[in-house]
Amino acid sequence: MGEQSSNFEVDLGNLMAFDPHHHFSTPPSREELVKESIQQGTKLVQAIADSLFSLTSTEDRDGPIVKLPPPTTRLPREKPLPKPRPPTKWEEFAKKKGIKNYKKDKQVFDEQTGTWKRRYGYDRVNDDNDVPIIEAKLTDEPGQDPFAKRRTEKKQRVEKQEKNRLHNLKDAAKVGALPSHVQLAATALPITGTQAAPKKISKDELGNVAGMAATATASGGKFDKKLAGEKPAKHDKKYRKFLPVVEGSGMGSLERQQTDKVLNKLLSSNSHNILDVNKAVNFYNVKKDKKRKHQGKDQGKTSSTSSKLKSKKSPYKKMSKKGSSSEGKSKRN
Amino acid sequence: MLHIKTPKTGRARRELKKIAPKLVETGKKTLILHGTKTSNVINSVLTEIYHLKKDNAVKYTKRNDNIRPFESGGETSLEFYSLKTDCSLFVYGSHSKKRPDNLVIGRTYDHHIYDLVEVGVENFKSMQSFSYDKRFAPLIGSKPFFAFIGEGFENIEELKHIKEVLLDLFHGQAVTNLNLAGLDRVYVCTAVSSNKVFFTHCALRMKKSGTIVPRMELVEVGPSMDLVIRRHRLADESLRKQSMKTAPELKMRKEKNVSRDVIEGKIGKVYIPDQQVGSVPLPNKSKGLKRERREAKTKGEGKTHVDKKPKQQDS
Repeated sequence: MGEQSSNFEVDLGNLMAFDPHHHFSTPPSREELVKESIQQGTKLVQAIADSLFSLTSTEDRDGPIVKLPPPTTRLPREKPLPKPRPPTKWEEFAKKKGIKNYKKDKQVFDEQTGTWKRRYGYDRVNDDNDVPIIEAKLTDEPGQDPFAKRRTEKKQRVEKQEKNRLHNLKDAAKVGALPSHVQLAATALPITGTQAAPKKISKDELGNVAGMAATATASGGKFDKKLAGEKPAKHDKKYRKFLPVVEGSGMGSLERQQTDKVLNKLLSSNSHNILDVNKAVNFYNVKKDKKRKHQGKDQGKTSSTSSKLKSKKSPYKKMSKKGSSSEGKSKRN
Repeated sequence: MLHIKTPKTGRARRELKKIAPKLVETGKKTLILHGTKTSNVINSVLTEIYHLKKDNAVKYTKRNDNIRPFESGGETSLEFYSLKTDCSLFVYGSHSKKRPDNLVIGRTYDHHIYDLVEVGVENFKSMQSFSYDKRFAPLIGSKPFFAFIGEGFENIEELKHIKEVLLDLFHGQAVTNLNLAGLDRVYVCTAVSSNKVFFTHCALRMKKSGTIVPRMELVEVGPSMDLVIRRHRLADESLRKQSMKTAPELKMRKEKNVSRDVIEGKIGKVYIPDQQVGSVPLPNKSKGLKRERREAKTKGEGKTHVDKKPKQQDS
């Protein structure tokens, strides 16, 4: 039927055998093809098994286990090779100084209590917080809280460590060797050089900014196509209101209203200088009534109180006069 | 301003570690999906491939209209799915008048298309149509044997390519320790002509023979089909080089300066450079003194306790 040669290419690591020499002499029919394929397949598998079973095997309860050699046909990887992590700052320092990492016991004997305690964690040896009394040194200033000082120092140490950790991770990320479970995320986009985090922008502010951006075109955003869902601009685009030249019958005196509005604005902003005449008069009358009531009871006291009241009033009046006079002048001008 | 984000649960951490690139890779996962129109044949082909690779395959049931693997824009969806499911092999089935019973087998590298092979399926016989003793049915996840027959697999480009792709698709994982009792399947591929491959899946029976090596017997069980190669796209040369890289620490190193002697056993050669007697720098005297003092202290412990000078405070 076909040539047979026992030169098969066997890739033991992949359990693969390849027969390059087999030819089908005549174009075979379906059954013949199938039969011959299976025949050849059997031969090939037998060849693989020959070399496979001749490997040294260790007996396991499930069956004999062999150590396969690495495969000869190279298949492509699915992901790029992981890059080696650059050494951290501490690792470089330790290498330079020759500091070696020794294995430490989890339990340490605590001299104070005479028991075995953890090296770290809950109820640990030499816990900074457990110390009840801190003796003062000659170098200490009076008025300093040593416990608070210890707490701040610890906080500083922790912050420094976090900074170092971030620095190490950034270095690793630069090379592309960030550990798989870590992600470096930007909290905020740095616009200026300051370290301050910008405040969160609200929806309204965003809308305003978007509106400003939309109108920043040559024709003021009038002819731009609006996106689906975009709301029309809030501002009317007209910034000045001109009164009609001829007043119709239906409208009230618009010009008078306009000037009134302006005046009220001006006056209200300086209202603290202006005396509310009605208020001042009421104030004076009420005090006067009270004075009359008390005069019957106690003469000495009322005089003193009235003088006090008088002293309060007088600067007020003076200021108001000054204010109103100046304002009157501006009005006339 | 950067801050560190780590997963808060152990499970999330483990999942991330699974997806991360490794030095020595574990098996590739396969994504099985189909396009706008499929025929019965393609449907059964896809389900059977899924059953063959039940352990490490993901099968999508919905149809995907915008996937065209051979076109430049039509592979974005595929790459996205590959990223989401962490699958680096995919099998895409479709059916049209121009390409009936079409199957595209592709691989990805770093979740981008690496290479593609388009085959047409003919003379498909499903697993159900074979009758055999069910005791010999192969188990899911067992490592298969491969038998490639025909000189075409060596000479013709397309056949070489499909040989590599079929090997990658079905070989599972590169293992070092193998249990010989658990070998029970064979994939037999025959190069019938320059563009046709007869592919079948057989169960393996090991019968007792006189020697340690048992006698192999093949029983056809699985799907058998003719694959007609239509189109194929090989990988980019630079991408191929990159993907075939192994870690430098895994490279086999020759042991240098070591030889074996029959009488003396293992001999090593040591090369010593010439001694420069005149130019050796003298040791730092003060450092030596410090060490001496330290050693003296440890030897004479308890006898004399040297008081440390109190630190001078900066004024």
